[in-house]
Amino acid sequence: MKHIISLLMENEAGALSRVAGLFSARGYNIESLTVAPTEDETLSRMTIVTSGSDDVIEQIIKQLNKLVDVVKVLDLNDGRFIERELMLVKVKATGPLREEMKRISDIFRGRIIDVADGSYTIELTGSGSKLDAFLEALDRTVILETVRTGASGIGRGDRILKV
Amino acid sequence: MASEIRMDDSSYQKTEQLTGAEIIMRCLHEENVEFVFGYPGGAVLHIYDALFKQNKFKHILVRHEQAAVHAADAYSRATGRVGVALVTSGPGATNAVTGIATAYMDSIPLVVISGQVPTAAIGMDAFQEVDMVGVTRPCVKHNFLVKDARDLATTMKKAFYIAASGRPGPVVVDVPKDITADIAEFAYPKTIEMRSYTPVLKGHSGQIKKAVKLLLEAKRPMIYTGGGLVLGDAAPELVKLAKTLGFPVTNTLMGLGGYPATDPQYVGMLGMHGTYEANNAMQNCDVLLAVGARFDDRVVGNPDHFLSVPRTIIHIDVDPSSISKRVKVDVPIVGHVQSVVAEMNELLAAETKRPDANALKQWWAQIDQWRSKKTADYRLDKDIIKPQQVIEKLWQVTKGDAFVTSDVGQHQMWAAQYYKFDKPRRWINSGGLGTMGVGLPYAMGCQLAFPDAQVACVTGEGSIQMNIQELSTCKQFNLPIKIILLNNRYLGMVRQWQEFFYNNRYSESYMESLPDFVKMAESYGHVGMNIERPEDVEGSLHEAFAMKDRLVFMNFVTDQKENVFPMVPNGKGLSEMILGDEPGADAAQSEGEG
Repeated sequence: MKHIISLLMENEAGALSRVAGLFSARGYNIESLTVAPTEDETLSRMTIVTSGSDDVIEQIIKQLNKLVDVVKVLDLNDGRFIERELMLVKVKATGPLREEMKRISDIFRGRIIDVADGSYTIELTGSGSKLDAFLEALDRTVILETVRTGASGIGRGDRILKV
Repeated sequence: MASEIRMDDSSYQKTEQLTGAEIIMRCLHEENVEFVFGYPGGAVLHIYDALFKQNKFKHILVRHEQAAVHAADAYSRATGRVGVALVTSGPGATNAVTGIATAYMDSIPLVVISGQVPTAAIGMDAFQEVDMVGVTRPCVKHNFLVKDARDLATTMKKAFYIAASGRPGPVVVDVPKDITADIAEFAYPKTIEMRSYTPVLKGHSGQIKKAVKLLLEAKRPMIYTGGGLVLGDAAPELVKLAKTLGFPVTNTLMGLGGYPATDPQYVGMLGMHGTYEANNAMQNCDVLLAVGARFDDRVVGNPDHFLSVPRTIIHIDVDPSSISKRVKVDVPIVGHVQSVVAEMNELLAAETKRPDANALKQWWAQIDQWRSKKTADYRLDKDIIKPQQVIEKLWQVTKGDAFVTSDVGQHQMWAAQYYKFDKPRRWINSGGLGTMGVGLPYAMGCQLAFPDAQVACVTGEGSIQMNIQELSTCKQFNLPIKIILLNNRYLGMVRQWQEFFYNNRYSESYMESLPDFVKMAESYGHVGMNIERPEDVEGSLHEAFAMKDRLVFMNFVTDQKENVFPMVPNGKGLSEMILGDEPGADAAQSEGEG
């Protein structure tokens, strides 16, 4: 099952490589990983999307907690949470496609943020599955380029991950 | 690591301006370090210069950095204190890596200081540059690159704290050369707190109560203890618990000495080369108490086979990630083993209920029946020395009171099986990583820590040649180690697997062109002995151990065909052992590697 794990870690050089190294050394899946400093500049917040059986996820959480630089770990799937990911898609926009791309983008509440002679760049935010659905809705041949940030997540209501 | 370090003025001594190198010396003094095992080089010249001007700790100059880390590791295993090694950058650092990984796998607290090229040269592919923090990341508990001399003292304090607390392990402190010359104010924090690192020490009392209740209700109980019991110094508490309950006890390879081997409740080591009674009791018990052990592949064999029999498992460990990793347990207790077992003893003292005596009697009758198979028996030969015989005699001659280090292979298993360890911290070997070449540097670490103790290095002709250069270090520091070489002219364990699983194809497992070990020992300034006759084994051991101030290199020419039994083939279950009187290849299919 897919899990989204959030963690806070000391904002130290090499901290990211400790987490990435842990996943590769122990053979855990890693679908995406995002990291950036928080409002407290001594801390970084990381969101890891991974998958595995309950036992594997339990080990992943324990192993992450064991890293000396990691301050707190939260499996977002243990409660209610919101997942968001940003994607930029450059699509062909020539002839009738110019109108069609605009329409599909609107349906998915995307925004066209760059307009060129033959292409649009669409910005789209949502859960990973929404972004997947958008790509599915497009004909493969019109997609020129995609870039995704990987998921970020946050607990709903009073589920707060903070030091 | 920011912000939460407690640095109130009261915890600091008077401050002084010192160079980074001097700060490192002062930190080692503050930590009451006795020995630093090391090897100099360009990046650590300032450090060695500061070292020259101090005499609070002794520097042990090894002949290869790997041996420095192993010796520091053994010093720690024997004493319970943090071992310290000092190496230069680049090749010095990479040579240390095997030692670091060895300590990591067995959870041994070390601080390894490595030199690094000057800060400005990092990333420039400078002479003797290697990314030590990157190289060691997978095999350290934690590591640091010091980028400012002002951080040095706090980093050293953290290194010692992290190495020794929680589940112990090696910590690397990588120090660029310019940092060792920079001047900074020296102040050593007395205590340290890190928000990101807070090991759990006290076990959950509800869980402990539950565990005691289960133990009291057990009909076929078993206690299984590992290296964690030894490292946690909880042997006396465990003995008390086992005596109160009257339960059988087995130790893992890493846990030998955790429970006295000569005690009747001890059923021997378990695992791949464990006793018939220990492995069967482990497989057939109804309540299992695991203390500081991690159910690894060499201990429980195939986990599915192990779990095919229902039993309730209680697991005490300081590291939450060791619990339910390979084997799902029922009652996890995270905490320091000493405090948890002591709490169990308190509960039992206040409790009038005792385990069902009848059930226990039946269980012991079953265990005694397994015992009566006497799988540790071997046939003496009148012409050829049996390796088991050498270890048995070693045990007798040293009155069971030596520090025994071993290398890795058949001799290691025989030492574990036939030397009866009654005390913890006496059996020093590489259990997790299985590093050949540890034996001699391990013996150095033990002998330095206990100059008057009997220290025996049980080794093979393969392993001993992996750090043979340390005979020179032993001469320099007058270490009267007794090297017990079980020389069967084969990489014995490799040969054994090739016999069982590869149809006797002895691929590259014969050690050709061996040196004349007696001459070699003599050329290093030691005493060498060749022992070829079974009747000479005991006398020669007496003779060697009587030379209290000399290293004696004893070359025992042993039976080439001897195998280690019992054996649980790789991937098999604990109760699927091959015993010595059965043809091995029949029971074991060629499916194994590693």
